[in-house]
Amino acid sequence: MRQVRIGAGAGYSGDRIEPAVELAERGRLDYLVFECLAERTIALAQQARRRDPRLGYDPLLAARMRAVLPACRRAGTVIITNMGAANPLAAAELVCATARDLGLRGYKVAAVTGDDVAASVGDGHGRILEDGRPAAALGASLISANAYLGAEPIVQALSAGADLVITGRAADPSLFLGPLVHEFGWSFEDWPRLGQATLIGHVLECAGQVTGGYFADPGFKTVPGLARLGFPLAEVGEDGSAIITKVEGSGGCVTSATCKEQILYEIHDPAAYFTPDVVADFSQVRVEQVGQDQVRISGASGRARPEALKVSLGVAEGFVGEGQISYAGSGARDRAELAAAIVRERLELTGLMAQELRFDLIGIDALHGHGLPAGGGERAEPYEVRLRVAGRTASMDEAVRIGSEVETLYTNGPAGGGGVTKQVREVLGVLSTLLPRERVQPSIHMLES
Amino acid sequence: MKLRGVAHARAGDKGDTSSISLIAYEEADYPRLVRHVTAERVATHFAGILRGSVSRYEIASLGALNFVLRQALGGGVTRSLALDTHGKSLSSALLDIEIPDD
Repeated sequence: MRQVRIGAGAGYSGDRIEPAVELAERGRLDYLVFECLAERTIALAQQARRRDPRLGYDPLLAARMRAVLPACRRAGTVIITNMGAANPLAAAELVCATARDLGLRGYKVAAVTGDDVAASVGDGHGRILEDGRPAAALGASLISANAYLGAEPIVQALSAGADLVITGRAADPSLFLGPLVHEFGWSFEDWPRLGQATLIGHVLECAGQVTGGYFADPGFKTVPGLARLGFPLAEVGEDGSAIITKVEGSGGCVTSATCKEQILYEIHDPAAYFTPDVVADFSQVRVEQVGQDQVRISGASGRARPEALKVSLGVAEGFVGEGQISYAGSGARDRAELAAAIVRERLELTGLMAQELRFDLIGIDALHGHGLPAGGGERAEPYEVRLRVAGRTASMDEAVRIGSEVETLYTNGPAGGGGVTKQVREVLGVLSTLLPRERVQPSIHMLES
Repeated sequence: MKLRGVAHARAGDKGDTSSISLIAYEEADYPRLVRHVTAERVATHFAGILRGSVSRYEIASLGALNFVLRQALGGGVTRSLALDTHGKSLSSALLDIEIPDD
């Protein structure tokens, strides 16, 4: 039976680069996919593009391409990625320029556009799924609106002979489903097959998270070689059968357990996983260890794709200011609590207009509050405690004041406070809405180095 | 005993919703998870951070449960003031739940 070998070269925009090089050089891959676009990343990219129309794509694009293009070209491996973010056309031009720098001529790069639907959303028919307001009510606070494209434009680009396909917002599993549909000629209405292909894409899309990354728990779950973790690849058969594995000799492990964790990762109802291509059903999925670092995944199915496309909305929601300070030794917790009380009172006295304020004692209650007692209910007295104050404000000036009030504890607060840090960040909220399919029209632009 | 002795877990996020898997190391332990780790039990465990409801899905073929906790991430990854905005560390909190030794 004919097989396609498809690898995952990145699980998020800042991911390690060498594992992708290892896959490109030794994975004997037909396709190498880079999934680098989290929900919030595209809103950030849209802001970057507003500041400079030549930008708005993934900041690591050139570095990743420089690292993998030579090996991919030698092996005939086609690259598929969503690193185009808010500017797939500029990204495609950069890839072409990088290919030329490397002496690669005639390299065909396809940019997929059409996911930017800010104009359609702004006219206000759709409702925001999270709070029911009309999307038009967002007004000027709306920074970006990107529809999740499916696999169809990717298949189109591959059929046109692309060596590399670069998209903006596309559904993560669709980046993998596209090449499989293209290779095996599956119908876009073969829902069970598309469901299984979506499972394969879903398992691969976070890269190292299925090869032993984000898994180790000393004493319970052991993973060898995490510092040189190998990224995954799937050997996919024409019937949709798939074995998840990795390059021999790389770090990490592929086991039934690592695959189970990733199959259920960020899934809600396993019988209804929505993508633009299919409503996938993972409720009967099976995993079977068939060799060392080889796991067969099977049993996914699916039903007809949703009528409307999900649109991710990036919304400006003000600023977050934060300050931290540490206390140590006997009475550390008492002094940190006194420091928190002082900052709280100071922010009131000086009239800070915070929409929300939060006081954490890192080492005691910062992650899960007081609701999850780990130490049997007694008052924990750790050797060191770090106070963290964070608040959301409408203006940057007010956000700055939060960190400053923590900093003034140096000379005005309890004894022995040290190691102050402070920061301010802009808040980009992510909301979602739905758009009828016919209002989203993807196009393909073919460039050549 | 703590769940950590018989199961492993991974947490993920979508907006203000956290999803946490709970997977038996041995198939034989899956019925115990089904019996003891109910949606109500999980809601009680996370009462300190949870403002919405909890749903539980059973995936018998994987020997796993999947919990969906709504309004559990302080408003969502992008606007939450929490240190762990994604709620990634909630998987470890789930594994601290005590179940009978039966």
